[in-house]
Amino acid sequence: MSARLAYDGVVACAPVTLPYRRYSVNSAHWWIGRALHDLTHAAGIRPQELDGLILSSFTLGADTAVGMTQHLGLSPRWLDHVPMGGASGVVALRRAARAVQCGDADLVACVAGDTNHVDSFRKTLSTFSRFAQDAVYPYGSGGANASFALITKNYMNLYGAKREDFGKLCVAQRDNALSIPFAMMKKPLTLDEYMDARPISDPLHLFDCVMPCAGAEALLVCREETAKALGLPAVRVLATIERHNAFPDDPIQYRGGWALDAGELWQMAGVTPDEVDVLETYDDYPVIVTMQFEDLGFCAKGEGPDFIRSHTFTADGSFPHNTSGGQLSAGQAGAAGGYLGLTEAMRQLIRKPIGKPIADAKLAAVSGFGMINYDRGLSSGAAVLARA
Amino acid sequence: MVKPLVKPKRKNPLKKTRQPLYPQAVRSRTAHGLTLAGAQGRFELQKCTECAHVFYPPRDACPKCLSPRVPFVPVDNRATLLAETSIHASTDPYFRERTPWRAGLSKLDCGPVVLSHLHEDVREGERVRLELKLDKGGAPVIIALPARDTEHMADDPQLREMTCDPKFRRVLITDGRTAVGQAMAKAFSDAGATLVFVGIADPWKPFPGQDALRAIPNVEIVPLDVTDTESVTEQAEQNGGRVDILVNTAEHVRSGGVMQRHGLTVAREEMDVRYFGLMRLAQAFGPGMRARGADGVNSATAFVNLLSVHALMNWPAYGAYSAAEAACLSAAQCLRAELRPGGVKVLNVFFGPIETEWFQTVPPPKVAPAALARSVVNALQRGLEDVFVGDIAEDVRARLAVNPKALERELGS
Repeated sequence: MSARLAYDGVVACAPVTLPYRRYSVNSAHWWIGRALHDLTHAAGIRPQELDGLILSSFTLGADTAVGMTQHLGLSPRWLDHVPMGGASGVVALRRAARAVQCGDADLVACVAGDTNHVDSFRKTLSTFSRFAQDAVYPYGSGGANASFALITKNYMNLYGAKREDFGKLCVAQRDNALSIPFAMMKKPLTLDEYMDARPISDPLHLFDCVMPCAGAEALLVCREETAKALGLPAVRVLATIERHNAFPDDPIQYRGGWALDAGELWQMAGVTPDEVDVLETYDDYPVIVTMQFEDLGFCAKGEGPDFIRSHTFTADGSFPHNTSGGQLSAGQAGAAGGYLGLTEAMRQLIRKPIGKPIADAKLAAVSGFGMINYDRGLSSGAAVLARA
Repeated sequence: MVKPLVKPKRKNPLKKTRQPLYPQAVRSRTAHGLTLAGAQGRFELQKCTECAHVFYPPRDACPKCLSPRVPFVPVDNRATLLAETSIHASTDPYFRERTPWRAGLSKLDCGPVVLSHLHEDVREGERVRLELKLDKGGAPVIIALPARDTEHMADDPQLREMTCDPKFRRVLITDGRTAVGQAMAKAFSDAGATLVFVGIADPWKPFPGQDALRAIPNVEIVPLDVTDTESVTEQAEQNGGRVDILVNTAEHVRSGGVMQRHGLTVAREEMDVRYFGLMRLAQAFGPGMRARGADGVNSATAFVNLLSVHALMNWPAYGAYSAAEAACLSAAQCLRAELRPGGVKVLNVFFGPIETEWFQTVPPPKVAPAALARSVVNALQRGLEDVFVGDIAEDVRARLAVNPKALERELGS
């Protein structure tokens, strides 16, 4: 395989996170429109100056990114729709970066947003995919909780992970969320409370599960000199990876696509995992976080539990991780959940965190994971970012 | 181990009857390959014609070689349960009132990993058998059963949701004058039915076998004439709220085709007994059964039609009879859709000529009434929707699948 071209001269800037809400009577269109409104204000540009748009959402109904251009009054010359759930952020970033690098667009807005009506979660679950409809939802309708319960159980059987290990991650993320004003979960969480929580789908209990909510996230991808001219602090994209349906022959998922591509990620970035100042993983269930530690190379396969036991994960800990509380505490705003870690990593690198800052963060890694189609998450991605 | 079912107490008439619910029943067109196999009690998955890869969930292309030739075929159902969970929180109203609900991932020896319901007697790491069933909504689902039968296995609450087991249920056999009706009463009594109502038109008229019928435990003779709307309605008013399984044994067999018969008297009679009889029963008992589909251990569960296999293809020697049976089959398909919201199954039992006086001149093989009755009970215990009983019925089914036009010519020669 030939070496991949570096993303020279391309940056991401103007991270936008709208305050999440548990339920919203507004549509996904409203959330996406408002995120782009805030993005153009932050960047100091008129909406019509955006010549690229890449969008992710589960709740736009019949609308695609195309319909949204008319809805929002945009005339982009480059447009993409990324229906990849938790991998949306990383995938949008790498698509946009190439478009800008090759001159197909100059100012690409990356946006993800979803609404959450009182009944929309159940409806999303039952029609999530054909496989879900035919072969998952009729089996107890436990949603992602039940699917990840089986993955978690299998991982615990394989590598001796304990509920306490997963609990440590959840407790640390809650600690991180306490400084985020709009986090869904703002009460401090103790390990005892985690252990005693009500069962959702064994071995998962309440605090292993994310809270569905409404929200939107956005960012701008452009050339470094454009960001400078706009006066926007920015982050460079050192490397990215993306993979779908990796390891289809694993009977139960115990690794994600990162395990195939992590070598390439670090090689392209020219750094090693131990140089990373902050890691933002996709945390729909702590077992997937643990897999990301392993598969991205922060520890070896099967050593996730030991890695958790030997580190602290708060913003001021030995391994700052999901520093805005992640989806476990901030909430899962549909496809915007795939951007949560990305915008947080950007803010840490440009020194404008919403919550607690990480001391002198220069290098961040972000990973995404999404789309449980039948028995496992299919999409994985990761990016290494550096302060520009 | 499964705890044996306890015979339900008499229902408190002041208590609200639980409304029937059922799991999401929408399936892709391809996934209805599972519906077909499940309705007839076979375990079938897709197998690629080009590369022999077996896979699941249902797809429209082989995930190994992309071949579009991916028919459902019987496959080995032996598997190992890799991981299990108990779902305590469900978004679906049906499952919400049945939590905790167990589900798990099993790896079949033939390859695929299958998410399925779990029988109480299966454990993580153990060997299991996967079976296709139809759930309360009539949709195909897979359940992992223990590798070997266990005690009181059929009493498992999750499994019982997918079957129509007569145990502790109340049955109405609509005509007890026939040999089939009497065999049916015996079979249901043997299968643990709490009460077997047996309908007899004009009960003061004696009939052969009546003493033996009365001697069967749990049998209660009731007045019922399926050709009399008033009689059917009255019986439904009397006992309709206690009929969990209805087996229509009313029969009307006469030889002769369409052209050779003079007039319509016999044809009217056979339509009155069979087709209108079915409609009378459906109208009088159907709504009550549909409303009682989730009424505990002895919920309403099945409406059973006994149909000549010649409902599927006319047999000119018994041509008018075949036509009436075809009308019944069509009505049964309609009734199936009407009862489905209540979780009540319609079981169609197709049989060839029976060992009775009306098929006196027909050479063997013929179906013995007792064998037919056992097949009905077995089909209910397995939760099937279509069964074929006896060599003739199986033969017609097989020939129909290969070439219906050939079968039409063969039956007519």
